Amino acid sequence: MIEIAGVGKRFVLHNQGGVALSVMEGAALRVDPGECVALTGASGAGKSTLMRMIWGNYRCDTGSIRVAGVELCRAEPRAVLDLRRGTLGYVSQFLRVIPRVPTLRIVAEPLLAQGMDEDAALARARALLTRLNIPAPLWSLSPTTFSGGEQQRVNIARGFIQDWPVMLLDEPTASLDAANRAVVLELILQAKARGAAILGIFHDADARAAVCDREVDVTGFTPAMVSA
Amino acid sequence: MTPLLQVENLSKHYGAHLGCGDVSFALWPGEVMGIVGESGSGKSTLLNCLAGHLRPDAGRVLFDTREDGPRDILGMTEAERRWLARTDWAFVHQNPRDGLRMNVSAGGNVGERLMAVGARHYGDIRAQASDWLERVEIDVGRLDDRPRAFSGGMQQRLQIARNLVTGPRLVFMDEPTGGLDVSVQARLLDLLRGLVRRLGLSAVIVTHDLAVVRLLADRLMVMKDGRVVEQGLTDQVLDDPQHAYTQLLVSSVLQV
Repeated sequence: MIEIAGVGKRFVLHNQGGVALSVMEGAALRVDPGECVALTGASGAGKSTLMRMIWGNYRCDTGSIRVAGVELCRAEPRAVLDLRRGTLGYVSQFLRVIPRVPTLRIVAEPLLAQGMDEDAALARARALLTRLNIPAPLWSLSPTTFSGGEQQRVNIARGFIQDWPVMLLDEPTASLDAANRAVVLELILQAKARGAAILGIFHDADARAAVCDREVDVTGFTPAMVSA
Repeated sequence: MTPLLQVENLSKHYGAHLGCGDVSFALWPGEVMGIVGESGSGKSTLLNCLAGHLRPDAGRVLFDTREDGPRDILGMTEAERRWLARTDWAFVHQNPRDGLRMNVSAGGNVGERLMAVGARHYGDIRAQASDWLERVEIDVGRLDDRPRAFSGGMQQRLQIARNLVTGPRLVFMDEPTGGLDVSVQARLLDLLRGLVRRLGLSAVIVTHDLAVVRLLADRLMVMKDGRVVEQGLTDQVLDDPQHAYTQLLVSSVLQV
């Protein structure tokens, strides 16, 4: 479902002396349906960069990134948007929301955007929030004032509300307590069981061992940095 | 599928000065495109050329009309363009006073656009106007009040109701949240986002506020000195800007 070959990326910082940083070269990996693959490597090695290139908010300079058969490298915005609507889900590390929108709506939004009936979408959102131990009195509030862990669980609920065929998970268990971590791992195993192809970054080795079938070390895709 | 709006090599000069130059893009049904850039970058000139308010010097603006498919709006008669402006298009001005009639009641402001497309039954018009006031979160008890008695945020929401009541397919917005308090802005953004999604609208939004485009726009175009310097997916342009000017713009936003 995810096929990456020969992917390279450079950042050119025009306002900082035009410095060109080559951050990735020859990245290649493959994730099949029902499989969870972990990206590993030291901080700064490019795990998140690679994930963002698959999501499409980082441009890919060379190579090929195919998700569900669609080539994303140098794709038209429309093709990426289409993939994000029905196929590709992304749980980022941080929740980004419109300030006054209630938590329940934020979680239900991906389903509403797909045109699902409002009652059905909200019912699924309630079920997930309950499962992730977000107290019901908070559902009508905006998550902007929630704790870090609560915000992350809202983000996870939003990410898992839809049965995405392909999922990207960026540190889904960071800053969660043991009970909630277990819930998230269970959600990941369920997604795998229904056939989702999952690519994740897990700082926590136990979490990684619990859900991942394979690991791909991105250090092999990191060009040697030219010393300053 | 056909693009709703197809712009080809659009240019507009003011005398020797370039307003906007050689702009091309296709807007597909249901897409929201943001145009950002500093004052004088040509974004409002471009928007006004697209909406038929200004006549470009060169280029084509093809709109996919309901009856005849794609037609160049520059080749239309003034009457045809006006009809489009009242039916399939909407234009939300930064200053609600430019888009509302300040001496006419709120209900009248919404009803007027309906009457312009042929509605005649007073009860129906009033019912639709009430319905739209509710949708933009204005108390229906204010139906007979004039907009001058409204706050800035309410006026802006009334302008949106007036524009959307005829079920347009394409909405042009010029700094729709400019001049509003941040708390009012957030509410308006939420409202616009909900309406755009529920009604399946396509929109072109001009703003200098990157937070606004991040929340509302699927795609983004960055303008400088009348030229498009970069365009792409909104989060790609904001998270991985390629052009020196876009990098400067993104790195200049204060983090709260």
